[in-house]
Amino acid sequence: MALGRAYSVALVGLNGYIVEVEADIGQTLPAFVLLGLPDASLNEARDRIRSAAQNSGIPLSRRKITANLVPASLPKRGSGFDLAIAMSVLRAAEDIRPTGRTVFIAELGLDGRLRPVRGILPAVMSAVQAGFHDIVVAHANAAEAELVPGAKVRGYRTLARLVFDFGADPQELVLDLAPEDEPAGTEPVSVDAPAPDMCDVSGQAEARRALEVAAAGAHHLLLTGPPGAGKTMLAERLPGLLPDLRDTEAMEVTAIHSLCQLPSAGVQLVRRPPFENPHHSATAAAIIGGGSGLPRPGAASRAHRGILFLDEAPEYERRVLDALRQPLESGELVIHRSAGAAAYPARFQLVLAANPCPCGKASGKGLECTCTPFMRRRYMSRMSGPLLDRVDIQLQVDRVSLADFGQSGGAEDSAAVGARVLAARASQLQRLQPWGMETNSQVPGRILRGELRLAAATTRILDHALERGVLTARGYDRVLRLAWTLADLAGREQPDGNDIGQALSLRQTASAAA
Amino acid sequence: MKAKDLLGRRGEELAAEYLESLGMLIVERNWRCPDGEIDIVALDGDALVIAEVKTRRSLAYGHPFEAVGADKLARLHRLGSAWCRDHGLRLPLRRVDVIAVLDDGVGKPTVEHLREVL
Repeated sequence: MALGRAYSVALVGLNGYIVEVEADIGQTLPAFVLLGLPDASLNEARDRIRSAAQNSGIPLSRRKITANLVPASLPKRGSGFDLAIAMSVLRAAEDIRPTGRTVFIAELGLDGRLRPVRGILPAVMSAVQAGFHDIVVAHANAAEAELVPGAKVRGYRTLARLVFDFGADPQELVLDLAPEDEPAGTEPVSVDAPAPDMCDVSGQAEARRALEVAAAGAHHLLLTGPPGAGKTMLAERLPGLLPDLRDTEAMEVTAIHSLCQLPSAGVQLVRRPPFENPHHSATAAAIIGGGSGLPRPGAASRAHRGILFLDEAPEYERRVLDALRQPLESGELVIHRSAGAAAYPARFQLVLAANPCPCGKASGKGLECTCTPFMRRRYMSRMSGPLLDRVDIQLQVDRVSLADFGQSGGAEDSAAVGARVLAARASQLQRLQPWGMETNSQVPGRILRGELRLAAATTRILDHALERGVLTARGYDRVLRLAWTLADLAGREQPDGNDIGQALSLRQTASAAA
Repeated sequence: MKAKDLLGRRGEELAAEYLESLGMLIVERNWRCPDGEIDIVALDGDALVIAEVKTRRSLAYGHPFEAVGADKLARLHRLGSAWCRDHGLRLPLRRVDVIAVLDDGVGKPTVEHLREVL
């Protein structure tokens, strides 16, 4: 009775679990049985492994092979287990020495090549957390796996090279594959387009200011205005104002992106906040994540630590918009499907853009607008109250005036604004650290009106507005949050009356609608 | 006789010798009925052994064992019952063995034996 053992990682969402692959070779007719809830692509592993081993010069045993993936109750999918299964079977036949606590994650090609798989970064992170530091991956995945601190990564191109290092008899091994057989890269050629710059925006002083505040305090943002006012143009320039991601954030973002795409050659940490710009025909599954079996991350998760921009927001299905309320609240999406639940982080900054009405002309005096008041109201009400409640900045963007349009140049560029944003973020972090928060947008009203209470003289206009019923209690808190960000941008210790006044003006549409 | 039939016959010969060397008693060879053929019927102590012999010259087209699939095993099981009926015997201990013979016609042929695959 021969038994082989090797380790791999099963991903459920971004959480990985160590999977032990046991292989047993029984003295009966040839067969290859795979146990432990494999999905279709994993079941195909049997034929891939047989061919890969054969073509590497280390054929599998011609007896009944039983490979069991433990824990058996955990659903497993994908081709990343190929290598671990192959190694455990080869060990069972005593073709190689024991692999110990090495974790194997790679797909096998029929020629015995190791092929890269998705989700290497989260898988390796989980393995290291579980105390498994020796990781073997495909050469094309090695750069990504090495991003994980504490991982001892070895990247191999072929199964033959790997088993050679594990003591296989080198006589029969096919160690060198012809390089011209190297499969053509499936990796997309990524061209880093330069991020759009703020200096392209002419005029729109108010909107520029709002964008800067949104970037500094990570406030959610709604831009309404007629077509051609530059809402999309402004929103696309928001990522350029945000500071680089810090190490932990960058790991989270890179892990999600690792799940979503096959690795390209030069994998590195995603340092810039992502920008997701789904089309308004997107379904709830496309935005929040989904799919059959185990759910995959959607646009909201891909926008984690970055920006989720919903252009033409009222055109989205209402339930898609409302599905965003949960991640806005908790920064996480838990999606349930038949094969289990997956949790993906989704702490994004939401930017909504909307026309004021279906025809788009109801701005200013709105004389050309052909929409009835009812149509107009129904259009805006597609963005539900509870959703808009969470959007701190609600700004009307008007068409740029001729005077501003003629003036080209002179506008501040993204770098200058970004520097102010960076400084404002630093002072927020310093102030909010005791509560474990980072940006003003996260601060609950309890703290705003408690430990961070402002002098009554400063908040007089606000108190007055609340008293008259112009401002709701929640609106009151939001104005306070914005005021803090304005003060941070100006380098003041605390907001003054001026900041409060400006903060009020950044919520103009909301008060107009109310 | 064609070459492949000669090879098969030689393989069955070798297999029968091998089973006898294990102390089994060969009862009948190449027993045929409308459903098919049993290569070797033998007695191993109290047990009736239905043996299927597969012979190959090389491994180029796979191992002989790989040629024995589920339907082949099911047929051997049925043939075992048919043989008992035909001979008016009641033998509760019945099993199917498979024997692989590799004979390249040059070196010494190798015989591999799997007991009780069904």
